[in-house]
Amino acid sequence: MIKELLIILISSSLVSNVVLSQFLGLCPFLGVSKKTSTAAGMGTAVIFVITLASAVAGAIYKYILMPFDLTYLQTIVFILVIAALVQFVEMFLKKYMESLYQALGVYLPLITTNCAVLGVALTNVQKNYGILTGIVNGFATAVGFTISIVILAGIREKLEYNDIPESFKGMPIVLVTAGLMAIAFCGFSGLL
Amino acid sequence: MKQNSVSERLVNGLIKENPTFVLMLGMCPTLAVTTSAINGLGMGLTTMVVLALSNMFISMLRKIIPDKVRIPAFIVIIASFVTVVELLLKAFIPFLYSALGLYIPLIVVNCIILGRAEAYASKNGVILSLFDGVGMGLGFTCALTIIGAVRELIGAGELFGFMVMPESYVPCSIFVLAPGAFFVLAALTAIQNKVKIAGEKKGRDMSKIQSGCNSDCMNCGESGCSRRLIDETAQGRKEQEPAAAKGKPARREGGKEQ
Repeated sequence: MIKELLIILISSSLVSNVVLSQFLGLCPFLGVSKKTSTAAGMGTAVIFVITLASAVAGAIYKYILMPFDLTYLQTIVFILVIAALVQFVEMFLKKYMESLYQALGVYLPLITTNCAVLGVALTNVQKNYGILTGIVNGFATAVGFTISIVILAGIREKLEYNDIPESFKGMPIVLVTAGLMAIAFCGFSGLL
Repeated sequence: MKQNSVSERLVNGLIKENPTFVLMLGMCPTLAVTTSAINGLGMGLTTMVVLALSNMFISMLRKIIPDKVRIPAFIVIIASFVTVVELLLKAFIPFLYSALGLYIPLIVVNCIILGRAEAYASKNGVILSLFDGVGMGLGFTCALTIIGAVRELIGAGELFGFMVMPESYVPCSIFVLAPGAFFVLAALTAIQNKVKIAGEKKGRDMSKIQSGCNSDCMNCGESGCSRRLIDETAQGRKEQEPAAAKGKPARREGGKEQ
């Protein structure tokens, strides 16, 4: 069991990285990676939300959708649950955990429609993961997201001072950087 | 061409506001499924069907859905059509279903669809909304097929599964792998930038061309695309309109009430 969880941890965070090999969560990956500090904040918020969302989605799938034979409704149910969950988390943090809200509050709304959250919930179902395995998979995926967004932000901070051809300024050079990172992450595929 | 007519909607989606080449919306599926031209075509058509149907349905219900809960209502409608299309694909085109996999249910979070619902279908008549969806969907399909064809040609030397390159061609297989997607998109945005800069020098209005928004969500004047989609439901539409007009052009300014 431990071994199985460890394999999921490594494969979801490094080998099949959520952004660099599955292209989920591209918008925040490109949009919130200008500074390392904000990128790390975004990463933390994503870890928090995805872990929570995969727990909730897994529980709903197992205890509501499965017993009543409603699994074909999964997409509709998951998207609504995730959207509502993020709103609730935001309200809860605002009311009861002021300091955590200060740190993560700005990022939470950016995550609501992040396709990585829905993607993880659906992958857990597709791969027949149980609730615990699903949570570990969600956590690992989010850690993978955090690793790649922080690395990208670090590189972008350095790129600021470089002489880039005019038409490559802005988005194109960031995408080239992401492509090179994806090549580097291909190296992890030999791990498992 | 008459403003806001059926043919104008089709041309608008295909060329003037092409969701991929001009607006840069829905990048996740664009990168993920364009490993071959046929996959791109399949994904594009699937999205088009969902887009046209959801646009039509939302337009029919636009006077019934209360303004405050319109976004959740749109999402439920879109998710229902996605589920229908997913089940149909699973039953009748299994090879496409397995090739696209996870990205079919993820059509729900494709921002083109919610964007069109919010910007066009919720303000315009049924037939026009249907053709707006078809036009946008066709634009998306063309873009995905072209990107898929380029990647397949360079990465495998094939087009739609047929060998077209000479025997001696050594495929540059990185282009069908994940990094190639980023490189192709980088080239695409660079070309866009070039066109934009050249157009601005000649004094044309190039504000429609978006290279994936201005790429900094933290200082985004509209407090982020996701926030705008979900959170501001309570604030009503009036506050959003000015922000929308200067921001993402996916929302048409002043779509006329019919």
